[in-house]
Amino acid sequence: MAKLQEHAVVQILKICDRYQDEKTPLMMILSDIQNEYGYIPLEVQEIVSQQTGISVAEIYGVVTFYSFFSMTPKGKNVIGVCMGTACYVKGAQQVIDRFQEVLKIQPGQTTPDGLFTLDALRCIGTCGIAPAVSINGKVYPKVSVSDVPDIVEAYRKEA
Amino acid sequence: MAKVNIKIEGIPYRVEAGKTILEAAKSCGYEIPSLCAFNHGECNQGSCRVCLVEATGARGLVASCVYPVSEGLEIRISSPKAVLARKRSVELLLSNHNRNCQQCEKNGKCELLHVANVTGAEGNKYIGEHSEHYLDNLSSGLVRDTSKCILCGRCIARCSNAHGTGKVTTKYDPKYLRGSNAHGLGILGYENRGFKTFVSPAENRSFSESPCIQCGQCVNVCPTGALMEHSEIPKVDAAIAAGKHVVVQAAPAVRAALGEEFGYPIGTPVTGKMIAALRRLGFEKVYDVNFGADLTIMEEATELLGRLTNGGILPMITSCSPGWVSYAESDYVDLLPNLSTCKSPHQMQGAIIKSYWAEQHGYDPKDVFVVSVMPCTAKKQEKERKQLRVNGIPDVDAVITTRELARMIRRSGLMFDRLPDEDWDEDIMGDYSGAGVIFGVTGGVMEAALRTVYYKVTGEDCDRIEFTEVRGHKDGIREAVINIDGKDIRVACASGMRSARVLLDEIRDGVSKYHFIEIMGCPGGCINGGGQPYVRSWFLPNEEDDIYDIYRRKRAQALYTEDERQTVRQSHNNPQIIELYEQYLGEPNSHKAHELLHTSYAPREGFPDKSKYPVVVLGI
Repeated sequence: MAKLQEHAVVQILKICDRYQDEKTPLMMILSDIQNEYGYIPLEVQEIVSQQTGISVAEIYGVVTFYSFFSMTPKGKNVIGVCMGTACYVKGAQQVIDRFQEVLKIQPGQTTPDGLFTLDALRCIGTCGIAPAVSINGKVYPKVSVSDVPDIVEAYRKEA
Repeated sequence: MAKVNIKIEGIPYRVEAGKTILEAAKSCGYEIPSLCAFNHGECNQGSCRVCLVEATGARGLVASCVYPVSEGLEIRISSPKAVLARKRSVELLLSNHNRNCQQCEKNGKCELLHVANVTGAEGNKYIGEHSEHYLDNLSSGLVRDTSKCILCGRCIARCSNAHGTGKVTTKYDPKYLRGSNAHGLGILGYENRGFKTFVSPAENRSFSESPCIQCGQCVNVCPTGALMEHSEIPKVDAAIAAGKHVVVQAAPAVRAALGEEFGYPIGTPVTGKMIAALRRLGFEKVYDVNFGADLTIMEEATELLGRLTNGGILPMITSCSPGWVSYAESDYVDLLPNLSTCKSPHQMQGAIIKSYWAEQHGYDPKDVFVVSVMPCTAKKQEKERKQLRVNGIPDVDAVITTRELARMIRRSGLMFDRLPDEDWDEDIMGDYSGAGVIFGVTGGVMEAALRTVYYKVTGEDCDRIEFTEVRGHKDGIREAVINIDGKDIRVACASGMRSARVLLDEIRDGVSKYHFIEIMGCPGGCINGGGQPYVRSWFLPNEEDDIYDIYRRKRAQALYTEDERQTVRQSHNNPQIIELYEQYLGEPNSHKAHELLHTSYAPREGFPDKSKYPVVVLGI
């Protein structure tokens, strides 16, 4: 098993300590780790287990239960295509298909260069501007299939 | 205890407040069909929906295993709505079950099949998609087949109750992490969600590539055949067919429980019939592991005495339980020097069979095949250890559980209750002392060892040591102080990793006051091992109501009775042990004894690099 770097361990211990007084700290700890590192590998879960007394199996269960948590590193830019009912009716399937073509990955995967992760999301609550795409928290309204290459290109340039 | 008035089917009853409908109804004489509920709420999450009943004031039907009774509650178990709902629940469970009952070793003891019979559920009522399922038969002790799993959560509850982390006693410390060994047990958990949910160790690993100690407690509680021991009956068959000298040895705890498989009340020792059966199954010699236990005591007591007098590492911890040994190797690597270097009794005896015994009979050790009958699934993994070989030859070749032995007996057509009572083979290694018998009970190994230590120091024999509960650890930790020649020897015993951890952390923190600690992997010791007969009230109808509360005590009593019946109750007084040392080994802890009877330990990674091992595959 790959060894974690020391500064990462220190950081994870710090995150665990933040929620020492909480009755049920697990979700908060995992959320912080996910936000900080983009993923929660098993080695990290083991440290959280030791700190909180919650078994690795249970932590692993929580990580695999919620789609927000990931066991593999996410890309620098996380593209979430809303697949809720309204967006779906307005053509979200075609939009996500186009993202797949442009990025050459399936939903849930990350591009080899680590720039993009593509996710299919449940309703993100912006039905009025369907179909919606959320990238790193920024929401793009009424996305059409032809917009897709430009959006991707803009983030490529940024990198 | 406060009482409340309830009605079941219109008939009034007074029951204890706060109980669930399921338990309350049981006290009134109703056994509501249920599946996931187990052992007074050890696992109670209302996940299977089999125990549905009608209750006043509730919207729709309620799961009786989680719904508490209250004043004036009226319950209908037999209303058409409730009866149909229970039937439907079971039919839905069956729709995602592989229903390959004929090939399932759990057949006859399967609770899913039982509730299907009781509720009248039809197996193929709903034909639909099956969720993806996995078969893990990579570990030597356990098999996990998720195609039979109904996601009841009993195994998860048992695993964490027996061994779980619970309260955090030690915080993460890089000194102890040793790569990635920081984890409490609680190996099993739910993975994924919805239709894709299944039960597994983290990352859907095999038991052998996880921190699992293969104690088999999960197997004991599984209602279906989703968790089973890894059967070695085919290995035994092959050895007998190949004409090898197949020698069998049975552990003490087996005789205390084997009878349950053949209709005897719990706690009936069936030693004589078991020996008769083993002989008729084609084993050349039938030995008692108790001889090995006596041998273990001779070695262990000498080792303890040595450590006490020469300032060795204390406390010394017993090493008979392979579950505990594997836990120490992954989680308490820093305490490995505290472990006794003695092999476990059946391994010692196996080594003697393949050396001294084979020599005496003029056999080549390679032609001798040693089978151990054990109450334990972890022993299956123990015998594979490379530290338990002498000149490359394993001490023991196959380990079968008490349940597997029962299966072999049934398969052979032997009518168990009509067998005569026979005696162990007594050439060379048949005699045993009462000290060896009590190995099967928590506290037994230590008590046996202390009887011999006592004698060695004082020259007097000692029969019984009284243990007291350590306060605040019900059913967990017990301790005793025994004065030997003016010196107080403090001892303690724990069973299950959850209570063991309390003692172990004391050692780690440098505050342990004990000289000698016994640790058993399974709660209650070997009599409650992962290879023992299943205990369920529905196929043991003649037992008392609270079968789960009493069976351990009854099995333990069977062993204590046998101990008291023995004329020789101390290992050092066993004449054949004395002879073995005179003829072959020299003295305890001699060079020869070390070669044959002692072992070593090595750190084990809890979650080793996955890429180096075969992975659990999709079942067919």
